[in-house]
Amino acid sequence: MSKVKKASVVLERAMNCIFTVCGFLTIAFVLLITGFLVVSGLPAIKEIGIIDFLFGTTWASTAQTPSYGILPFILSSIYGTCGAIIIGVPIGIMCAIFLAKMSSPRISGVVSSAVDLLSGIPSVVYGLVGMIVIVPLVRETFNLPDGANLFSAIIVLTVMILPSVISVSETAIRSVPREYEEASLALGATKTETVFKVVVPAAKSGILTSVVLGIGRAIGEAMAVMMVAGNVANMPGLFTSVRFLTTAVASEMSYSSGLQREALFSIALVLFVFIMLINVVLNLIAKKKER
Amino acid sequence: MKKIISLMVVAVLLVAALAGCGTTNTDTPKDNGQVSGTVSTDGSTSMEKVIGFLSEAYMEENSAVKVTYNPTGSGSGIKAVQAGSCDIGLASRDLKPEEATDLNGTVVAIDGIAMIVNKENPVKDLTIEQIAALYKGEITNWSEVGGADAPVVLIGREAASGTRDGFESITDTEDACKYNQELTSTGDVVQTVSSNPNAIGYASLASVKDTVKLISVEGVTPSTETIQNGSYKIQRNFVMVTKKNAELSPAAKSFFEFATSSAADEWIIEAGAVPVKR
Repeated sequence: MSKVKKASVVLERAMNCIFTVCGFLTIAFVLLITGFLVVSGLPAIKEIGIIDFLFGTTWASTAQTPSYGILPFILSSIYGTCGAIIIGVPIGIMCAIFLAKMSSPRISGVVSSAVDLLSGIPSVVYGLVGMIVIVPLVRETFNLPDGANLFSAIIVLTVMILPSVISVSETAIRSVPREYEEASLALGATKTETVFKVVVPAAKSGILTSVVLGIGRAIGEAMAVMMVAGNVANMPGLFTSVRFLTTAVASEMSYSSGLQREALFSIALVLFVFIMLINVVLNLIAKKKER
Repeated sequence: MKKIISLMVVAVLLVAALAGCGTTNTDTPKDNGQVSGTVSTDGSTSMEKVIGFLSEAYMEENSAVKVTYNPTGSGSGIKAVQAGSCDIGLASRDLKPEEATDLNGTVVAIDGIAMIVNKENPVKDLTIEQIAALYKGEITNWSEVGGADAPVVLIGREAASGTRDGFESITDTEDACKYNQELTSTGDVVQTVSSNPNAIGYASLASVKDTVKLISVEGVTPSTETIQNGSYKIQRNFVMVTKKNAELSPAAKSFFEFATSSAADEWIIEAGAVPVKR
């Protein structure tokens, strides 16, 4: 009997150890990636000069006299993400309201599973569909010479952020106490009034979280954007071919060398800082909610 | 208890089976008087695919030899051979006269770059000057080169691409191209040109499909023959560079002979280049 007990204690300890190691493993990964990006990203920024790097408007990494200004990439990424948020968030929130408040459980089930499916589609598939359907469509609709531009990228990103906006907002809306709604309806408000003046404000922090998650998804997307945005390092305009931060790294990394390669790491570092900021905002929202 | 035993039995059997695999593989005799050692190649990034296919095919036959490739660029590759820091230099251009005094250049393959347009585009033929003017943004409408009244959409490759490097150096448009799209693969270029009636693009001849229209350059349609006899202009040589007064190591010599033999042709075609006429 004591033998069995001893064995179980040993097993308990061993498992405890394994759990702890696994727990710290994620921290190790984060530290490793952060350290790597900082160490490999800083030298190029130092060499190019932080002002020239962040605010330079020409990127010509393989030219005879190379220049490494990433402002076009930063602005493209920000414009693209903002565009996707402006179009995608209203659609996403309305869809969440529909799912949580308006539809019958049966229809809700169908729509929810469609949303889940949407989030599971690999980004290269979004890119492919964008390249073959959206790009020619944009070209014909707006009578442009070429459809691979910021606008096409915004459309693809909009569809890509929908699942996270919808599912997080839906959860937030569902968790609003029923009493709020009933009180509002009892006071004579219509259903639409109740939704927009009572339910949505009550679910504000959850909806905000969904928006921030959407921003994170949009700014970090590379593959789909690469296939529809045209990838020329222009200053962004709605119908010009643009290159995002992510695609700038992805499209040149394979053959790059020397300062060009280091500059690509620096771009990754800038992108990483953006993602960190987004995470900080997320945490702030979560903290506010707790209070 | 029974379950555990049966599991263990299965595990033991599996291990035995795997071990069996290992022994049969290593037991096959490979080096029967074959050369061994390392062959280091260094140079042109554009030749990556050709060298990749050739070295893989060669190492399949000669498992004792390891062929390495260092993508540094044609100029660095030539310097590396001169300095003796690699066995074979790779250059995607012919040797200059001053380089040819102490180096031998052997053409292993030819890179033929095809100009493609959409099937709806009536333009059939362009001169090199016209192509350069198109890509520099000096000609912006197809009607100026005999096409319909429509804007020109320039499709190219990303800055690091060997095809782009080849195209720009032959048409003399380095760092001057006003691309509408920079795509990361030949397949994307063909796809984009096939879906945009105003687009023009460039791609290795071997990867052009019939979804797009091939343009003849100065009256010559690109094909294996016109590239081999030099009449098609947008082409360049892939050259292996060796020292004139020094003997290659046995392994390097054997690889060099393989790469310049007709046995290499199928791999060169596979890599998207045109073999040399022998």
